[in-house]
Amino acid sequence: MMSTQPQKRVIPEPPSKLKTYFTFFIILLLIFGSAIQTNTSITELIAGFPNMMDLLVQMVPPNWSYFGKIVPAMLETIRMALLGTTFGAIIAIPIALFSASNIVKNTWVFYPVRFILNLIRTIPDLLLAAIFVSIFGLGPLPGILALTIFSIGLVAKLTYEAIEAIDPGPMEAMTSVGANKIQWIFFGVIPQVLPHYISYVLYTFEVNIRAAAVLGLVGAGGIGLYYDRTLGFFEYDKTSSIIIFTLVVVLIIDFISTKLREKLI
Amino acid sequence: MIEFNNVSKTYPNGVKGLSNINLKIEEGEFVVIVGLSGAGKSTLLRSINRLIEISDGEILIEGKSITKAKGSELRRIRRDIGMIFQSFNLVKRSSVLRNVLSGRVGYHSTLRTILGLFPKEDVDLAFDALDRVNILEKAYSRATELSGGQQQRVSIARALAQEAKIILADEPVASLDPLTTKQVMNDLKRINQELGITTIVNLHFIDLAREYATRIIGLRAGEVVFDGPVSEATDEKFSEIYGRPIKKDELLEVEV
Amino acid sequence: MSNTTRPLIKPKKNKTRIWLIYITLALIYIWAFSGMPLPDVKETAAQVSKAIFSGIFSPDWDYVYLPDGEDLLRGLLDTLAIAILGTFISAFLCVPFSFLAASNMSKGRSLSNTGKFILSLIRTFPEIVMAIMFIKAVGPGSFAGVLALGLHSIGMLGKLFTEEIESVDPGPAEALTATGANRLQIIWFAILPQVLPGFLSYTLYRFEINVRSASILGVIGAGGIGTLLIFALSSRDWERVGIILLGIIVMVTFIDLLSGYIRKKIV
Repeated sequence: MMSTQPQKRVIPEPPSKLKTYFTFFIILLLIFGSAIQTNTSITELIAGFPNMMDLLVQMVPPNWSYFGKIVPAMLETIRMALLGTTFGAIIAIPIALFSASNIVKNTWVFYPVRFILNLIRTIPDLLLAAIFVSIFGLGPLPGILALTIFSIGLVAKLTYEAIEAIDPGPMEAMTSVGANKIQWIFFGVIPQVLPHYISYVLYTFEVNIRAAAVLGLVGAGGIGLYYDRTLGFFEYDKTSSIIIFTLVVVLIIDFISTKLREKLI
Repeated sequence: MIEFNNVSKTYPNGVKGLSNINLKIEEGEFVVIVGLSGAGKSTLLRSINRLIEISDGEILIEGKSITKAKGSELRRIRRDIGMIFQSFNLVKRSSVLRNVLSGRVGYHSTLRTILGLFPKEDVDLAFDALDRVNILEKAYSRATELSGGQQQRVSIARALAQEAKIILADEPVASLDPLTTKQVMNDLKRINQELGITTIVNLHFIDLAREYATRIIGLRAGEVVFDGPVSEATDEKFSEIYGRPIKKDELLEVEV
Repeated sequence: MSNTTRPLIKPKKNKTRIWLIYITLALIYIWAFSGMPLPDVKETAAQVSKAIFSGIFSPDWDYVYLPDGEDLLRGLLDTLAIAILGTFISAFLCVPFSFLAASNMSKGRSLSNTGKFILSLIRTFPEIVMAIMFIKAVGPGSFAGVLALGLHSIGMLGKLFTEEIESVDPGPAEALTATGANRLQIIWFAILPQVLPGFLSYTLYRFEINVRSASILGVIGAGGIGTLLIFALSSRDWERVGIILLGIIVMVTFIDLLSGYIRKKIV
């Protein structure tokens, strides 16, 4: 069917596949290395599978009467998340302003502030909680502090990015009417970023509720403590009621928060 | 040969796409379908390889009913029908060669194609097809790196690599500039003449239709209102098909 | 004043609503603060924080590498290995899952909705609780951590993968259908090349998150650097706490930079 002289055509050289092979090799190496490092064994998983099924079977039906007992702990969890988010959100405001390159024009200010902000964001909340527990002892206080620091990192980062994206027009207008720096921020910047800021705070609250629910595992208050307790005593039906209760609370708060955020923007 | 027997198409929203179409298209014809947008050109073309399901009637390809075909039988009939789209429909991140080879997947097992084990004859076929549309040197470029006209030639090459006996082209030049329009239409015409592939093209440029077609089919509101050789397709006939005088933007007017 | 000529229209309804919001907020905060524990700070608190701070500034460098047994480098390596393997497992499992959950791929609407519901359930289930359950199954250690991350990450990755599939250009798939390709061939030749860069980028993003997650799994005995931190904290070895924190900060920062660089190159 095709009858053009095939001898005459010049077929281009295919590009080298060396880079592709090399990348695949590196990825395979990483995966196998990781498997060895973590003592991964499929046989162990299969052997342990009945154990897990057993555990899952024991989790149903959940112990419904346990709900009453954990309500105070759940309220404490919400309280921790609320306070941690609030404190963090307040402290985040000046940090966000100092990190934004269109507010503080001095490179020597906003780069170091951002650097510290990034450092804060590298430490997971549960580790912060563990450290605070060893400073302040058991209870919700270390949990609140850990969530505060975590919230500073998240709110400040999102907010300073929002500040850098605002319309410079109103800020120029404020400069031209002779406003000082504080007036300039209050009338030129804050009205523009406020809806974003509130939305980020709500989002952080959603994240913090989930985080607060497990902080108890290191003794930092909230419902997480009860995971340890029930799993330690092999009361899996109680564990599943904690999980379900937490899921319900998380979903309700997510729902409310999402609705509020939709209205804001 | 393609046969339409009493074909109708009604969309779920009640819109009539085609009503009672009866057509016979012989091997080697170069048919151009004209009509206003919404007249059912695209529906007619896409019903041939069953990208659109018709609601009534039957379509026969080389005597076999594509309307009744199922599964692998349907895929086998489709394998013999190449298609060219207005927006090229290439996989933009893949190489040109891979796009052309994707025309061959209907010939092999799933496993073989997924492992990329196309036989040497297939690769030769793909190079031949690219050579025929003069973009062999781009074989290993990514499709995105090509201009619109070049991309459309890749999709013609895909249809050629498919060893299609019929080529359907749905507004193949609508997103191209006048100059590349000519090149693409010339490619289609040359392939039609050299390889005897039955070609059916939807166009909205009247002068292009007259220049390239051996037969023109006019559609209006889902019905065939004209069917005849180019010599009979006068300006008055076109005004009839369109239901109004011909406008300027329905002419391409290129001086090549 | 010209009140008669220019009546000031006050949005009255809006005002009551704003007041309602203020009152609700006030009540919520009164409730929250009333339950706040009075900072019943141990007298050692100041001393301990000072010790931790001085620990961070004068870390126990010897702990970085010990020829025998548990040291910082091995702990970090373990953490990375858990994150790499957990991310790989979840990305691998996500592919079939997301094709089922994508509304433009699966035939029935119900299948797609069920898939999405399962994904959001997995997402809300805390990974650390998953880790506890896997410890019950395979015993304490890194492997339980790998399994927990592998399962938990499916929730988020699956959602992102599904959205990526739902945003593909349907053109190439149509072209493949027209050549007579079957379903699998259409997915392989027309859909996968379009979504692969997005899949890779999201996987790397999840890897960044998993490195952080893997460093806390040790708190409950699922391997990684967390275990060492808990040991150091309970034995009040603040200089060791300092070097471990420093190690985590350096590792996470480095991974973020590397992954961000690769992601920029992919897209």
